[in-house]
Amino acid sequence: MSAPLYELTAHELSDLLGRKEVSARELVAAMYARIAEVDAELHSYVLLTRDVAEQQATEVDENRARGEALPPLAGIPIGLKDIFCTKGIETTCCSNILRGFVPPYDAGVVERCRENGLVFLGKTNMDEFAMGSSTENSARGYSRNPWNLEKVPGGSSGGSAAAIAASEAIVALGTDTGGSIRQPASLCGVVGLKPTYGRVSRYGVVAYASSLDQVGPIVKDVRDCALMLNMLCGHDARDATSINLPTPDYTQSLVTDLKGLRVGLVKEFMEYQGVGVEAEVGSAVRAAVDKLQELGAECEEVSLPNLNYSIPVYYIIAPAEASSNLARYDGVQYGHRTAHADDIIAMYTKTRDEGFGAEVKRRIMLGTYALSAGYYDAYYIKAGQVRTLIRRDFDRAFERCDLLVGPVSPTVAFGIGERTDDPVAMYLSDVCTIPVNLGGLPGMSIPCGFSSDGLPIGLHLVGKTLGEETMLRAAYAYEQSTDFHHRRAHPIPRVDGRRRAVSRA
Amino acid sequence: MRLTPEEVEHVALLGRLKLTEEERARFTTQLNSILEYFEQLQQIDTTGVPPMSHAVAITNVFREDEPQPALTPDEALQNAPDRDNDYFRVPRVIE
Repeated sequence: MSAPLYELTAHELSDLLGRKEVSARELVAAMYARIAEVDAELHSYVLLTRDVAEQQATEVDENRARGEALPPLAGIPIGLKDIFCTKGIETTCCSNILRGFVPPYDAGVVERCRENGLVFLGKTNMDEFAMGSSTENSARGYSRNPWNLEKVPGGSSGGSAAAIAASEAIVALGTDTGGSIRQPASLCGVVGLKPTYGRVSRYGVVAYASSLDQVGPIVKDVRDCALMLNMLCGHDARDATSINLPTPDYTQSLVTDLKGLRVGLVKEFMEYQGVGVEAEVGSAVRAAVDKLQELGAECEEVSLPNLNYSIPVYYIIAPAEASSNLARYDGVQYGHRTAHADDIIAMYTKTRDEGFGAEVKRRIMLGTYALSAGYYDAYYIKAGQVRTLIRRDFDRAFERCDLLVGPVSPTVAFGIGERTDDPVAMYLSDVCTIPVNLGGLPGMSIPCGFSSDGLPIGLHLVGKTLGEETMLRAAYAYEQSTDFHHRRAHPIPRVDGRRRAVSRA
Repeated sequence: MRLTPEEVEHVALLGRLKLTEEERARFTTQLNSILEYFEQLQQIDTTGVPPMSHAVAITNVFREDEPQPALTPDEALQNAPDRDNDYFRVPRVIE
């Protein structure tokens, strides 16, 4: 085998583990060696859990030695976004207000990972409380893009995407409220999928905006994505929004024929309020649409005019829900409490002032204002009404199409520090992904090219409600006809056996 | 200008945030530019359009009222910043 273990996919490793050509313990050792090599620069992880990983790997190896039939992902090393409650393992959501918080229980998806024998490498970096598009809002410092260390990896699940792109994890979990799985997957050149709202349990996932949040995988290829969905999807009574339907075997959707598939290229994904996406992004997406056509799909351009209001709608609804969800961080039950307060109101306000970062405060302020007396109708109700119009646009488009496509991000990865002083410019990073959350639809990013300076470009696939299978079918057929998913980032090139120095801004 | 620094201070208190002088000034500018950006929604005619509050049409989900396993007091209190036996301790609330 020529490629190092850490560069392989989960399905390739699953075969090697099943044939006992590799042990789960060997794989863990290879992963931590890789992490030691690159993560000082990349900072994909905020916590490594080597003791846990070695114990889990040992159990998998022992079970296999006893001849037990194991699930396909048993022994596969995973990176978990720091938003998932992990029993006995610190969970901070990359916020100072949750520093030191050790959950007494596992999130529903973490339970599933444990039951399936996945091996927990550590917790990955993210924007604080998943509010951001670059990881620059993390209280633990930003991550770097493995394809270019001066660029952001995207966000908020930037640590998970960077870890996959740099081969620091085989699979990873993220969450997506306005694009936080798909945008970093696009900027890092990997596969990321946000399932239909309600498809995956959110029990034990730190809440940001509850009518939008959804959990999903970030992985190296479409087959790994299907394997992860098989494990993640399904009903959980502890999440009242969880959909109670059987989970199909998503690997059955991995076929290469797209005959009869009706695909719509969304005009408003290509240009928001008349401003077009970056030229290289646009041409890569158009080339991908041509490829889908070659594979048998029938493609046309469709217009969903109300998508032009997605950004203001999202930035009213999400902060409104966040201001309510984040009320729980009051210094009483867990997390940080100020040392300087005599009365209860001062304890709340100082605790929150010390614990929250600037973007989180900004969104709490926005949401509190939008929900306050006298402004509720003008902002929150109005945003909800326009959200209905956006959803109706999607419904209309899906009368003609089985799948919608476009770019994931209007630009390739941007520079570290480039958008931090301008909140609206940062918010526009998610212009193509946000409408999908507003509609509750499944969406996916797969690699579809590279810019002239070597940065990845992602193709955005959007399905109908519960249309994951159609998305996977198109993604797989496209992927198998290209080679973008075989490219691996080599973030720390060695020159004469020495590491290239990287400046830390 | 939609929001004055005094209103920003009031909203901060509603959200249980304490802002420094510098934060109050910065948030006043930034929140105003964001609110100005939101103005575009007022152009859309939404007469008779119901607001969408959730992506999936579901009504209340009930379960049988049966005892289920729950966290023990020690588990529930293990992350408490201040604890007194089986209670969370906070500053005096009632004078």
